[in-house]
Amino acid sequence: MKIGAPKETCEGEARVALTPDSAQRLQKLGYNCSVEAGAGAAASISDEAYREAGVTVVENAAGLWAQSDIVVKVREPSLKEVAGAPEGKILVSFVWPAQNEDLLRALNEKKMSVLAMDMVPRISRAQKMDALSSMANIAGYRAVIEAGANFGRFFTGQVTAAGKVPPAKVLVVGAGVAGLAAIGAAVSLGAIVRAFDVRPEVAEQIQSMGAEFLFLDFEESGAGEGGYAKPSSPEFREKQLALFREQAPEIDIVITTALIPGRPAPKLWLEDMVKAMKSGSVVVDLAAERGGNCDLTVPDDKIVTGKGVTVVGYTDFPSRMAAQASALYATNIRHMMDDLTPEKDGNPVIDMEDDVIRGALVCHRGEVTFPPPAPKIQAIAKQAPKPREKTLEEKAAATAEAMKKAGRRHVGLMTIGTVLVLLLGLIAPASFMQHLTVFVLAVFVGYQVIWNVTPALHTPLMAVTNAISGIIVLGAVLQIGSGSTWVVILATISVLIAAINLTGGFLVTKRMLAMFHKS
Amino acid sequence: MGYGLISAAYVAAAVLFIFSLGGLSNQESAKPGVWYGIVGMLVALVATIASVGGGFAWLFPALIVGGIVGAVVAQRVEMTGMPQLVAALHSFVGLAAVFIGINAELELNGVLALKVSGAELTGLTGFGEKLAHKTPVEIGIMKVEVFLGIFIGAVTFTGSIVAYGKLAGSIGSKPLTLSGRHLLNIAMVVVCLVLGAIYLGNGGVWPLILIALIAGVIGAHLVMAIGGADMPVVVSMLNSYSGWAAAAIGFTLGNDLLIVTGALVGSSGAILSYIMCKAMNRRFVSVILGGFGGEASSARAIEGEMVPAAGDRVAQALQDADSVIVVPGYGMAVAQAQAPVSELTRRLRAQGKTVRFAIHPVAGRLPGHMNVLLAEAKVPYDIVLEMEEINEDFPETDVAIVIGANDIVNPAAQEDPGSPIAGMPVLEVWKAREVFVCKRGQGTGYSGIENPLFFKENTRMFYGDAKQSMDSLLSTLPN
Repeated sequence: MKIGAPKETCEGEARVALTPDSAQRLQKLGYNCSVEAGAGAAASISDEAYREAGVTVVENAAGLWAQSDIVVKVREPSLKEVAGAPEGKILVSFVWPAQNEDLLRALNEKKMSVLAMDMVPRISRAQKMDALSSMANIAGYRAVIEAGANFGRFFTGQVTAAGKVPPAKVLVVGAGVAGLAAIGAAVSLGAIVRAFDVRPEVAEQIQSMGAEFLFLDFEESGAGEGGYAKPSSPEFREKQLALFREQAPEIDIVITTALIPGRPAPKLWLEDMVKAMKSGSVVVDLAAERGGNCDLTVPDDKIVTGKGVTVVGYTDFPSRMAAQASALYATNIRHMMDDLTPEKDGNPVIDMEDDVIRGALVCHRGEVTFPPPAPKIQAIAKQAPKPREKTLEEKAAATAEAMKKAGRRHVGLMTIGTVLVLLLGLIAPASFMQHLTVFVLAVFVGYQVIWNVTPALHTPLMAVTNAISGIIVLGAVLQIGSGSTWVVILATISVLIAAINLTGGFLVTKRMLAMFHKS
Repeated sequence: MGYGLISAAYVAAAVLFIFSLGGLSNQESAKPGVWYGIVGMLVALVATIASVGGGFAWLFPALIVGGIVGAVVAQRVEMTGMPQLVAALHSFVGLAAVFIGINAELELNGVLALKVSGAELTGLTGFGEKLAHKTPVEIGIMKVEVFLGIFIGAVTFTGSIVAYGKLAGSIGSKPLTLSGRHLLNIAMVVVCLVLGAIYLGNGGVWPLILIALIAGVIGAHLVMAIGGADMPVVVSMLNSYSGWAAAAIGFTLGNDLLIVTGALVGSSGAILSYIMCKAMNRRFVSVILGGFGGEASSARAIEGEMVPAAGDRVAQALQDADSVIVVPGYGMAVAQAQAPVSELTRRLRAQGKTVRFAIHPVAGRLPGHMNVLLAEAKVPYDIVLEMEEINEDFPETDVAIVIGANDIVNPAAQEDPGSPIAGMPVLEVWKAREVFVCKRGQGTGYSGIENPLFFKENTRMFYGDAKQSMDSLLSTLPN
């Protein structure tokens, strides 16, 4: 079958759904690939590059739609595009079926089978085709870059001959994929990063990225289904805003990424907070498309307030990094096709039993199949309730108790040992006690010496103990002069095998140790 | 040679042995350390031989032949075959202990017969002379020592032979778990004790020989019941037993040097066993009683999928990485992949990357086995680190490569309290940015436990024979 990627029709969209790299992988799955002329130009992919990868370049969109069985796109198709499309195609693209009911109806009228990349369920198996995450990752990174471009200072603190430069303080609100990517980028640029999220279970992720988690002491988890946040109660919101208000005067850059599925973005960075920020500060609102987290956000635009705070409300962050975004998106699509083509024969199979495909499928064979049954697996495991931390006194008491216990055990063992030795001393002759003394002391010496052996040399240690346990040869040597034939025979065999131990053990140890060398 | 001189020689030898063991505290002091051991052994041997009156016609040929055999074996043995060699050498000590114990009894009988007949005892030399001066109580104690020496020696002998067979692959590494095997063992020990009591009562060689045979069955049966993954513990334990057997013989013969050496070896083996058990979070007793893997496990089901990666993908990741940690397991030794791994390390280091090795205490079939194999492949020892030294560094590591290891990198040990290996200390490779697992197929490790590591998001499976995989990586990296 044929997969085709048209040029994106949405203005300013620079991404493309097929790259030469992904095309080569798709060809391995048995598909023929084609692309509309100039589709990759905005993402720095020439038609020539496509041709080199074995992709057919088609002159115009109509031709491409006509000859492709499967059409892959980035943005949802416009109604006009759908109207011009032939019937019965498979479409893989962002669709946003909940927001675009008209579009969904139009697609269905064309008897298309539509797989919405934005509807891929967030379960571990589907992560490789989770285009929302891969785009959010880029958006998070780009948000930091945009902030930096509009921020008049360094991110990292420096001490220069011309004076000290304080590090920038960055606040990231919402630690989803985009938020975490923003944290990562800002931390690696050297900023001091703080982050907030309504889901306490992401605290660990935030900290592992090198940011400080702003902890809100409130008994409510904001975790909803599928790894997203859910709306919070008014009391919680108040506390949250108070926390932000407290942070605002200190913070140089705010990156807000808070979204709740299917709702307008919650207003979290209010006008008074923007006012409280220092002149020259930057707010980057990644939720601008859905109304923005910041009161002052103007979608698709950048404004500067009277006090000199820049508020960036762009909605096309991934498209601003078109080459990278196209590469990742095309890979997501390729993984989707991988799952759709179990036989690797170029024939897609739409399996309604497959959670991932069923989740993404919004219409099929003239029927609207949206919304899908809800995914049942939670994307992030709920944090297990932490056992109460013990207080210092309790810990000290526990340690003291353990010490006492160990002490009592030691005393007990030593008493028993002493009694046993004394009993033995009562009956045993002096010669035996002498040997016993030697034995016990040797065990202690051995204990001390062996613990000092580096674990790297444990094999040579075994070999050398092999060798020295060949000392048993002395016993046989003492007996070999006996008058009894049996004794002589057994002693001779003993000498023979113990001698193997002696030379074998020492020489192999020597050989091994000679191998160890320093770089 | 006078008693004083011999004692002096023994003290010198004992001190030299301790130096020899003490030298193993680091790689540089270990090299002269072996010479201390060799000199100590020569001093002890020469002094002892000089003190005995005869038997040289037997003694020297046996010494020379044994010595040559040992030297040849030491030259020829492959480093991957070290576990077998060590096990074989343990068995020799065990067998020698049995023979010398029986000899002691034979000599004792001879001396007692002389005493009864009222003949002159002054003609006796060496061991016989010593026996002649013993009081009845001393003889009683000596008999206990003979019993112990023979019992431990026989267990060591057959146990080591079975261990040798398992390590060399001539006996299946699966644990043999007869029903009621604990009872069987206990019964055999009881029989040995009864025979020991009979021997103490009337003496005689036959009870001793029977004890040796039954103890031999116990040793073989014990080790048969232990699975392949527990072999490091078994070998360390047999090492310890061979020491105790030597010490028991030392008591019998009244020879302090044997006692000291036996005690050194015995405690060395015991400590190694302890370290191994700790590293597997298992109790010594349960390892020795064997039968791992049959336990009912309530391990959690694993979510996710294993994602394979091709060689060029791995090579790319290595090229992009600044820091790499290699985690080798026994699979690397099986595939003989040490040389390409070493070469890979050399090339990556030549590019200025930090490459280190992380060694789990139970990686391989012998304590410290991986270190020796890597040293043989010319990996410098200062980049080969122990688990405690390197475990904290995984989060700052770009790429971790696991080669032929499984259980020692299983996150279930930390994350899943229901896992059979819960609580075992493991190398936290999954904290690295990216993990590649070089593995032959999708099977489980020795313990038969699923490994959630393979299903983690940042893990890629690099399927194939370890050596071929490494060779393919080498071909993509610049020289």
